[in-house]
Amino acid sequence: MVHFTAEEKAIITSLWGKVNVEEAGGEALGRLLVVYPWTQRFFDNFGNLSSASAIMGNPKVKAHGKKVLTSLGEAIKNMDDLKGTFAHLSELHCDRLHVDPENFKLLGNELVIVLAKYFGKEFTPQVQAAWQKMVAGVSIALAHKYH
Amino acid sequence: MSLTKTERAIIVSMWGKISTQADAIGTETLERLFLSHPQTKTYFPHFDLHAGSAQLRAHGSKVVAAVGDAVKSIDNIAGALARLSELHAYILRVDPVNFKLLSHCLLVTVAARFPADFTAEAHAAWDKFLSVVSSVLTEKYR
Repeated sequence: MVHFTAEEKAIITSLWGKVNVEEAGGEALGRLLVVYPWTQRFFDNFGNLSSASAIMGNPKVKAHGKKVLTSLGEAIKNMDDLKGTFAHLSELHCDRLHVDPENFKLLGNELVIVLAKYFGKEFTPQVQAAWQKMVAGVSIALAHKYH
Repeated sequence: MSLTKTERAIIVSMWGKISTQADAIGTETLERLFLSHPQTKTYFPHFDLHAGSAQLRAHGSKVVAAVGDAVKSIDNIAGALARLSELHAYILRVDPVNFKLLSHCLLVTVAARFPADFTAEAHAAWDKFLSVVSSVLTEKYR
């Protein structure tokens, strides 16, 4: 179970306050689909995913990215109980969506890269470390109910 | 897995930017690696790993220079990194999982320093390139 220090929580919440959830969500999910094209297997009904620009401009990708990051935002309010927060979503991803948990790690790292792109120098090694812990905790929580 | 012509062009072009800050990028990449993934420090018990340490800077430069060598011989990465491949297989024996971690931290560093250039396409090309480099470095492991 991931334990966050007070400092790490502060780092994460402070940065999150400045994130445009809609934009960042679309970027992170879009990049997942561009950089790791096999992840497109989960999105057959998303329409045109035929090129990087098609993916990054695809409205369904943006909408779904926003949904995913909004959920992350909820988790940030409950960092001491990520497993509880994601219990229902974990069951959903296992039983209905059939998503390999490896994909949670991939998306988590894409989000970290998008944050680095947006925040530049402010995304120091220390800030990154806190966020790596965050995305790792979320990945573990989302995989927790798999059976 | 091989790089397309378009990917090679993107990789070479991005290297043009990276090379202007090569040493700093190398150092920052390692700092990020050791902070985000502390287990990677187990390969450097003989180093002073504090921020700004001379050893960290020297090693960071070395790593990025090797990436540069791969870019300059992008049509024959295995040839360019043959010596390093043997070094990693027989002497260093770094567990293969760590190449992904280092690659990720290099991409984070590049994204932070060159946000406008680090488009989704450039990101994909560089992720693939670093994956090829990692494969070359582990191909003699067994």
